[in-house]
Amino acid sequence: MSWAGKILRVNLTAGTVKSEPLNMDWARAYLGSRGLATKYIVEEVDPKVDPLSEANKLIWATGPLTGTMASTGGRYTVVTKGPLTGAIACSNSGGYWGAELKMAGWDMIIFEGKSAKPVYLSISDDVAELKDASHLWGKSVWETEGTLKKQHQDPQLRVSSIGLAGENQVLFAAVVNDLHRAAGRSGVGAVMGSKNLKAIAVRGTKGVGNLVNPKEFMKVIAEKKKILADNAVTGQGLPAYGTQVLMNVINEVGALPTRNHRDSQFEGAKDISAEAMATPRATDGKKHLVTNQACFGCTIACGRISKMDQTHFSVQNKPEYWGASGGLEYEAAWALGAANGVNDLEALQYANLLCNEQGMDPISFGATVGAVMELFEMGVITKEQLGIEAPFGSAKALCELAEKTAKGEGFGKEIGQGSKRLCTKYGHPELSMSVKGQEFPAYDGRGIQGMGLTYATSNRGACHLRSYTVASEVMGIPVKTDPLVAEGKPELVMAFQDATAAFDSAGVCVFTTFAWGLADLQPQVAAACGEEFTLENLALIGERVWNMERDFNNRAGFTAKDDTLPPRLLNEPAKTGPAKGLVSKLPEMLPKYYNVRGWNADGTLTDQTRAKLGL
Amino acid sequence: MGVSVQAFLEKNTMQKSLHINPDKCTGCLQCEMACSFENYGTYAPAKSRIKVFDFHHTGRKVPYTCTQCDEAWCLHACPVEAITLDKLTGAKVVNETTCVGCKVCTISCPFGTINYVQETGKVQKCDLCGGDPACATACPTGAITYTDANWTGLNKMAAWADKLGNQPSAA
Repeated sequence: MSWAGKILRVNLTAGTVKSEPLNMDWARAYLGSRGLATKYIVEEVDPKVDPLSEANKLIWATGPLTGTMASTGGRYTVVTKGPLTGAIACSNSGGYWGAELKMAGWDMIIFEGKSAKPVYLSISDDVAELKDASHLWGKSVWETEGTLKKQHQDPQLRVSSIGLAGENQVLFAAVVNDLHRAAGRSGVGAVMGSKNLKAIAVRGTKGVGNLVNPKEFMKVIAEKKKILADNAVTGQGLPAYGTQVLMNVINEVGALPTRNHRDSQFEGAKDISAEAMATPRATDGKKHLVTNQACFGCTIACGRISKMDQTHFSVQNKPEYWGASGGLEYEAAWALGAANGVNDLEALQYANLLCNEQGMDPISFGATVGAVMELFEMGVITKEQLGIEAPFGSAKALCELAEKTAKGEGFGKEIGQGSKRLCTKYGHPELSMSVKGQEFPAYDGRGIQGMGLTYATSNRGACHLRSYTVASEVMGIPVKTDPLVAEGKPELVMAFQDATAAFDSAGVCVFTTFAWGLADLQPQVAAACGEEFTLENLALIGERVWNMERDFNNRAGFTAKDDTLPPRLLNEPAKTGPAKGLVSKLPEMLPKYYNVRGWNADGTLTDQTRAKLGL
Repeated sequence: MGVSVQAFLEKNTMQKSLHINPDKCTGCLQCEMACSFENYGTYAPAKSRIKVFDFHHTGRKVPYTCTQCDEAWCLHACPVEAITLDKLTGAKVVNETTCVGCKVCTISCPFGTINYVQETGKVQKCDLCGGDPACATACPTGAITYTDANWTGLNKMAAWADKLGNQPSAA
């Protein structure tokens, strides 16, 4: 086993909470977390449903390795139909909450319907009940966690909740747990808000103790932890510098999208890099970075904990932001910084703290501000509308727009709709740097060609976590490929997509894949769940999960036409760096990708592929 | 993972202590899982005898457990003599068959490191796993080590000695 074997079904309309057995046939075919929760959505939700309507469902799911001693075994996912994209949404988070849910004896929680008034779900091992959350509505993530711990007189309670952004149905609202870990993307927090669900507070004391072969498991996880410790990325780079180790690296390869992708190198990259975070500030002589932090069970510990400069304009007289807190991670530093041409590290961290505090995805928020700044410079959006001058590079504008978006005030309401809707409204849909409505993360598809194909074909809209070919194209993991060529990328992207789906479904962190291959994950899953989880089976599960997600999107109305990139990446060559003169070679890669996937030319699954995967 | 008395004597006759360096703790809770697995066969921080405290406003994470006092308040307070000294390891060990769950030891311990377990009706505390503490083995960063009881300060001394700067740099 190592699944708890039980799920909670919460009907918010009726106010009922019921226990039901986990569908073990599905667990064996889709493993857990991302795969298994998506299977439930596919079976129970009409793909054409309005994501913010009562008919959508919202699932918190753990994997079979969640809550075990496998390194990074603390992950959970929030799965639903996403409001930003209209596609399947699956956002993954670390921290401690996922393991706590599993230890309370539950694999997942399915929320249906919509509550008439704000509620939260309280879980204490077997006892789960919906409780009034009127006193929490209007509160931030941070206040909600604090209030619930006090109210339950339990400092060990773990909380997953939304802030004002989720309540206001900001289309990129996140679900946040443990103060600063987030199921960040695709607006899963907005779905939570639409259901009047404020938080899930969990205390789990039972633990996870039903592994198939515990002795073998302890042996194999020790071996695999050693691989992580001995690896240069997971053993040294990530713990010391965090994901921010990438800022200068990606800038040098000419793939750091800058000023809404007008440029692909940022002259201020060094000011917002890992190195900058570890250098004493001129103002107060203190370093921004305080320490690193692990999520549950993680032996990598890439998380950043920082303290802001109390004299910075953004936090003067605001002591609530002076303590140590989460950030900056690379994607946030890029989206809030390079994407807007802002090189003020403290301003980035302030905007990042607001994203954590009120539950917003800093990638989509930052990238949307990038589009706003371009529209401002073009004269399409004015100072009168924004309440502030907002040219590229304005740290003041970034901070003010973060406050307005988080609180749903003024122009912040429009930013909260994401760049696609905003740019379309102002007559320039081409300036939204997004795929399927979701904004790009921190890699330029012109300088890292595999990432262009990754974004175009990602099942949840533009995303780096669905196939991180940066590992191969820049870092040489597991083999070095040329980032500037299209050749071999369809196969590479497919291999990364399928393997990542298996890792996500197991309940471990995708960052392990800098050091682990599927062959390293397999014996851990087999010792926990059974010998049937062979390498071939896990690979097939990954491919099955990917195709299931794709099929859901196709039935939701997405077609091959949606597997594309903004014209800027297809037509405007990179101006500087190693990729100078290049555009994305997507038109060359996409048909080949469909072919290696076993899909029809229109991007739908062939009957053979369905038969092979049992879909 | 307890070792036999014979093997222990052959390997090691000096007493060892759990030594904690909070600066190295990342908050991963591998120690808590290792502890609960060793004692209950399950991964459950709620059942762990070592606890990591996360002071998020400062970023400090501190693992905390019994320091095995020589004059152990818990041992002296126990009315049924359920807590005894393991002479090999120096651990103060709860005998579960003798313990009556009166919890007086939990009141007498100045550090809070002996606690009641409602599922068993007994108290539990760190017993050094019989001389091979699972938490120290599991700790990925060396924040928890099991070292010579007389020299728990050795690394700290070395670090300060190095700062004196009276050694020419090897580089």
